[in-house]
Amino acid sequence: MKRIFFLDGSGPPFGHMLLALGGYLGGFDGNFLWNRIGAEYSSNVPVWSLRLLPALTGALSVPMAYQILLELGFSHCAAMGAALLMLIENALITQSRLMLLESVLIFFNLLAVLSYLKFSNSQKQRPFSLSWWFWLMLTGVACSCAVGVKYVGVFTYLLVLAVASVHAWHLIGDRTLSHVRVLCHLLARAAALLVVPALMYLLFFYVHLILVYRSGPHDQVMSSAFQASLEGGLARITQGQPLEVAYGSQVTLKNVFGKPVPCWLHSHQSTYPMIYENGRGSSHQQQVTCYPFKDVNNWWIVKDPGRHQLVVGSPPRPVRHGDVVQLVHGMTTRFLNTHDVAAPLSPHSQEVSCYVDYNISMPSQNLWRLDIVNRESDADVWKTILSEVRLVHVNTSVALKLSGAHLPDWGFRQLEVVGEKVSRGYHESMVWNVEEHRYGKSQEQKERELELHSPAQMDVSRNLSFMARFLELQWRMLTVKSDGSEHKYSSSPLDWVTLDTSIAYWLHPRTSAQIHLLGNVVIWASASLATVVYALLFLWYLLRRRRSIRDLPEDSWLRWVLAGALCAGGWAVNYLPFFMMEKTLFLYHYLPALTFQILLLPAVLQHISDHLCRSPPLRSLFSALVVAWYSCACHVFITLRPLTYGDKSLSPSELKALRWKDSWDILIRKY
Amino acid sequence: MPPAVGEGSARSELRPRRGRCGHQVTRAVGPDVAAAAAARSPKRPARGSRRFEAAGRWALLALVTLLSFATRFHRLDEPPHICWDETHFGKMGSYYINRTFFFDVHPPLGKMLIGLAGYLSGYDGTFLFQKPGDKYEHHNYMGMRGFCAFLGSLLVPFAYLIVLELSKSLPAALLTAALLTFDTGCLTLSQYILLDPILMFFIMAAMLSMVKYNSCANRPFSAPWWFWLSLTGINLAGALGVKFVGLFIILQVGWNTISDLWHLLGDLSLSVVTVGKHLTARILCLIVLPLTLYTATYAVHFRVLNKSGPGDGFFSSAFQARLSGNNLHNASIPEHLAYGSVITVKNLRMAIGYLHSHRHLYPEGIGARQQQVTTYLHKDYNNLWIIKKHNTNADPLDPSFPVEFVRHGDIIRLEHKETSRNLHSHYHEAPLTRKHYQVTGYGINGTGDSNDFWRIEVVNRRFGNRIRVLRSRIRLIHLVTGCVLGSSGKVLPKWGWEQLEVTCTPYLKETLNSIWNVEDHINPKLPNISLDVLQPSFPEILLESHMVMIRGNNGLKPKDNEFTSKPWHWPINYQGLRFSGINDTDFRVYLLGNPVVWWLNLLSIALYLLLGSIIAVAVQRGARLPAEVEGLSQVLLQGGGQLLLGWMLHYFPFFLMGRILYFHHYFPAMLFSSMLTGILWDTLLRLCAWSLASSSLARGVYVVGLLSLLLGTAYSFYLFHPLAYGMVGPLAQDPRSPMAGLKWLESWDF
Repeated sequence: MKRIFFLDGSGPPFGHMLLALGGYLGGFDGNFLWNRIGAEYSSNVPVWSLRLLPALTGALSVPMAYQILLELGFSHCAAMGAALLMLIENALITQSRLMLLESVLIFFNLLAVLSYLKFSNSQKQRPFSLSWWFWLMLTGVACSCAVGVKYVGVFTYLLVLAVASVHAWHLIGDRTLSHVRVLCHLLARAAALLVVPALMYLLFFYVHLILVYRSGPHDQVMSSAFQASLEGGLARITQGQPLEVAYGSQVTLKNVFGKPVPCWLHSHQSTYPMIYENGRGSSHQQQVTCYPFKDVNNWWIVKDPGRHQLVVGSPPRPVRHGDVVQLVHGMTTRFLNTHDVAAPLSPHSQEVSCYVDYNISMPSQNLWRLDIVNRESDADVWKTILSEVRLVHVNTSVALKLSGAHLPDWGFRQLEVVGEKVSRGYHESMVWNVEEHRYGKSQEQKERELELHSPAQMDVSRNLSFMARFLELQWRMLTVKSDGSEHKYSSSPLDWVTLDTSIAYWLHPRTSAQIHLLGNVVIWASASLATVVYALLFLWYLLRRRRSIRDLPEDSWLRWVLAGALCAGGWAVNYLPFFMMEKTLFLYHYLPALTFQILLLPAVLQHISDHLCRSPPLRSLFSALVVAWYSCACHVFITLRPLTYGDKSLSPSELKALRWKDSWDILIRKY
Repeated sequence: MPPAVGEGSARSELRPRRGRCGHQVTRAVGPDVAAAAAARSPKRPARGSRRFEAAGRWALLALVTLLSFATRFHRLDEPPHICWDETHFGKMGSYYINRTFFFDVHPPLGKMLIGLAGYLSGYDGTFLFQKPGDKYEHHNYMGMRGFCAFLGSLLVPFAYLIVLELSKSLPAALLTAALLTFDTGCLTLSQYILLDPILMFFIMAAMLSMVKYNSCANRPFSAPWWFWLSLTGINLAGALGVKFVGLFIILQVGWNTISDLWHLLGDLSLSVVTVGKHLTARILCLIVLPLTLYTATYAVHFRVLNKSGPGDGFFSSAFQARLSGNNLHNASIPEHLAYGSVITVKNLRMAIGYLHSHRHLYPEGIGARQQQVTTYLHKDYNNLWIIKKHNTNADPLDPSFPVEFVRHGDIIRLEHKETSRNLHSHYHEAPLTRKHYQVTGYGINGTGDSNDFWRIEVVNRRFGNRIRVLRSRIRLIHLVTGCVLGSSGKVLPKWGWEQLEVTCTPYLKETLNSIWNVEDHINPKLPNISLDVLQPSFPEILLESHMVMIRGNNGLKPKDNEFTSKPWHWPINYQGLRFSGINDTDFRVYLLGNPVVWWLNLLSIALYLLLGSIIAVAVQRGARLPAEVEGLSQVLLQGGGQLLLGWMLHYFPFFLMGRILYFHHYFPAMLFSSMLTGILWDTLLRLCAWSLASSSLARGVYVVGLLSLLLGTAYSFYLFHPLAYGMVGPLAQDPRSPMAGLKWLESWDF
């Protein structure tokens, strides 16, 4: 919105961009802090237009449910039923009335399914016609939008892909078609369902990165190179630094891995304690740590072991891959050193220190070989920000590594840096890059200290290519770990089916009007029941068909299977994966799965009335039951309405009456 | 066919040996199967030479077995010190011999077998197995190593027979056997006291018996059919009983069984009753039998290990009561909790410990400056609490008062016995978990305020409203704030003596963190009962040990900043595992697959996928294949398909696992992929030979191709054998090293 860079673990940028678009059209300037639930929106926030999009997509889902059931080959009655059920589902209404992404996701999920159905129906009549192409393309676009809104959308995409590949396999088996024609069909599908979504997805990121070019709160997570490509923040400092690191350069070294926190190689006057708590001894030399804040003690000077100068000569002599260097700590002028002494917290690795020469028994071992990891050739020059380097100790062939452990109080709770055998394998925590860099000019220590305190200022700016930035952003998004903190309203997937949980979204500051995410109990229960009935019936028919007993005519069997594959399958793929996720889960994660379940419900009902109720009186009895059940659902909807819309303040006793399950956390004010 | 060359000589000299080494497997072949295989062999032998042919097959099998045993047992005694995980599994074997209870994340069968092998071979269980590199000295370790090597050697003939059964082609089977015999990785893994050879043995045996019973399918309910079916079940139980990885082979057999039943169901010539019989037979042999055996291993496990040992603390108090030497064993304490009792309270989650307090205050700035309350893993007098009524402070032990039991829902006060402060909570944030409330000790001589009141609730209220020692799971709910007493499991800093944090959590979720039980219980007014009454039943023990194992497995998380082996490293043989020795003077053993074999396997999987999809699409398009190609593609799709499924099942699940992974986890998958390689190259060469017109040229291509594969593998084994058999001398960078020039990847570390 304010074009500030941010990082969100739950989804790619498309959904947020859509919301922002709504706000932009409504004239929102982005000056509102979204920090507290229940805070009043100030007058400059166009709440209506920000909430328009989710509401619109939520509303459109209803007619789409109707269309989907029609395309699946069910009657208008069943389709009407599906639409009406979607209409009175309290949870979907609540979710789409607020500025949340679930309803957008559901919309695109349904759109993908609908357009695939339209496509496969037109396949029979007019392949390669205009509408055929349109629906095929729309499937791909809707799929990529669903994935673009939230990663959960990928499950629906996979489902559509699976159904499409089964259909394609049948197509290959169709011997009435010529080889060329089959190939054309396959290529068209591959283009629309694989290439188009991939391109769309890239496009979202492209737009995202173009729009969001200022640095923001999540900068720290990204690499220096990425940060440098954003406006403000690090780029303000690094803009115009010399590119090539030369002997005499003053640099700060940032760990590439950056876990548990991003930090810079650091040293300070304090030494390692003589004896640790557990009785092991140390070298008692100056500590080298990794420090998560910018500090003057993060500056190091690259020195040629053969010379004494600490300034850059003219012309500067660049450092290349494989060169042996010494690193001098700027403020204390001591050499980075490691030796065969166990590190304080990781006794299997070597201690890294800055060498202090009062301990005669240990010679200094301060030669490091530069190993540029992402080099293009062996003669590559060490570049600021871009080069990722390992510093390999010449004598003991250990590499400088961030162990991730926090030192105790004597190390000021900074992070431990150790030397780890290179042979143990490559790991990102061994890799460092130069972040800030300038050519050192002052020969005297006093002047140098002054120089180190002054900010670095230099000339050229560099930009990463889009692909590099995209790949990095994508990787960080997938690997960013949300701390699995428990939340008052978090729940486990098992609670969802039985609606054993609720989420309070908002409570009026004075009255007890409130908004809760609560489903329509009747619909939830009957939708789950319908899924079970479907599974049992399907198994029964399948086994009977295997014994060549055909209860259903061929075409209605195929319809039954397709409905099941898309609706029951849609439910399963949107629900079951949550059992394997470790992040904090909420009830609203279930809504996409629920939508598919609701679609299945009228299909099962129609099937029962068409095929299992054999006599007309039975059939009318069944219809009457369905009507009674539906009015029951309507009644529940109206009863829960105050919690869905939050427009009516209820008395405590009314609220208590609404608390049908003990686990529902309805807020009751104490007066 | 090339192998026929050596048959005569091999046969004469191998005869006497077959009785000893190859006994089990030669029986497995069975004359009928061999004959059937011969009949279907693409090169149909003349009628008269059939006997000779059958004898040749036996000799070939014996040769394969002998070679496998020879490579596996060669220099088995070296190095005479503990290598790598021998320190765990050898130790656990010793525990069985000493009958001390221990805890491990794997099921017990594998370690039991190791223990048994050690026991039979005269090992007395006195060696400590402290750390890798310790010398065995006079202890007899060869029995245990020999047992593992024996099972490891059987893998090769098993693979040979599986491939023979699936492809009916001797050269394919021979190629597979050569790949496995000459793989340095399999060889190394079979030579030490580890669970992996045992696990792989059961996996391959299950696969073999499954394949065998598939080929008996034309004679259902005959004796061999029953034999192989039940043997499959037994091996499944074995695989699962060694490591939970055995689950994957169960999935494979399950899949095979379901598709088998599906075919039977579709066969309209069979009556429903017959299909029902088939189903019942499979349920009996593949579900009931393995489950019984699996449970039986646990029964033996608990029966044998009846002494208190290092694993006690992992288990609940009730469980510990059955171990002799534990202080709960044969103890007698009052059964029901009464006011005035002195108790210890233990958290139900593993490795949290007892509710504890001591005369130290929370430091400045961390909540209120009141006395710390923590959990502590060791038994200590500071764990003792007195349970009191909330409203009276009279000494309930005064003999004039009647005994009053604590009931579910009572409001109580817990007074710390040593410091006489009350368990207390209030609206201050907890030291580490900021969203929870702080728990402190408060008050003087038992007089505090209303924040000391807790409601006691029993979660498993089967036993009425009283609270039973050990068995009742209780929750303590703070009356004023409504929060639940729990432990977050986080370690407090130094001011808290690195004990674990206790908090009061406002989230009323039922987690084990907030459930406690009463362990020690002292009340002179109550009659003592023997704890034996409270002993858990066998199903409860079984369930508990599984819960503990699963939690233990989930607890093995890799650290962020450590180098860890990733599943994608494995098939490319990216990095091995160091079994022994680091420096150039040490005796070094390095677990690494023979790169020639492994990269060939990798190539073969890609080729297989390509070839398989070409054939599948061709068939789907209705292309008419010549009879010869038709047969080959059947072998490739069905036999190869099963092996590919096995490879995928034993490989891909590792991508989803959160626990720490090691290179050796890939080896079961590697066995399947080697078998696939055997079938693939045989088929591929036959297809090449078929497409060449002239028959002499065709045979030439076939023979040369096969021979070069066999010899190439053997030569690569010659190159890499020091990895497995151990090497001394300079590291590979040095030209004088035995491995000079063989460090083909930078990441190999020898």
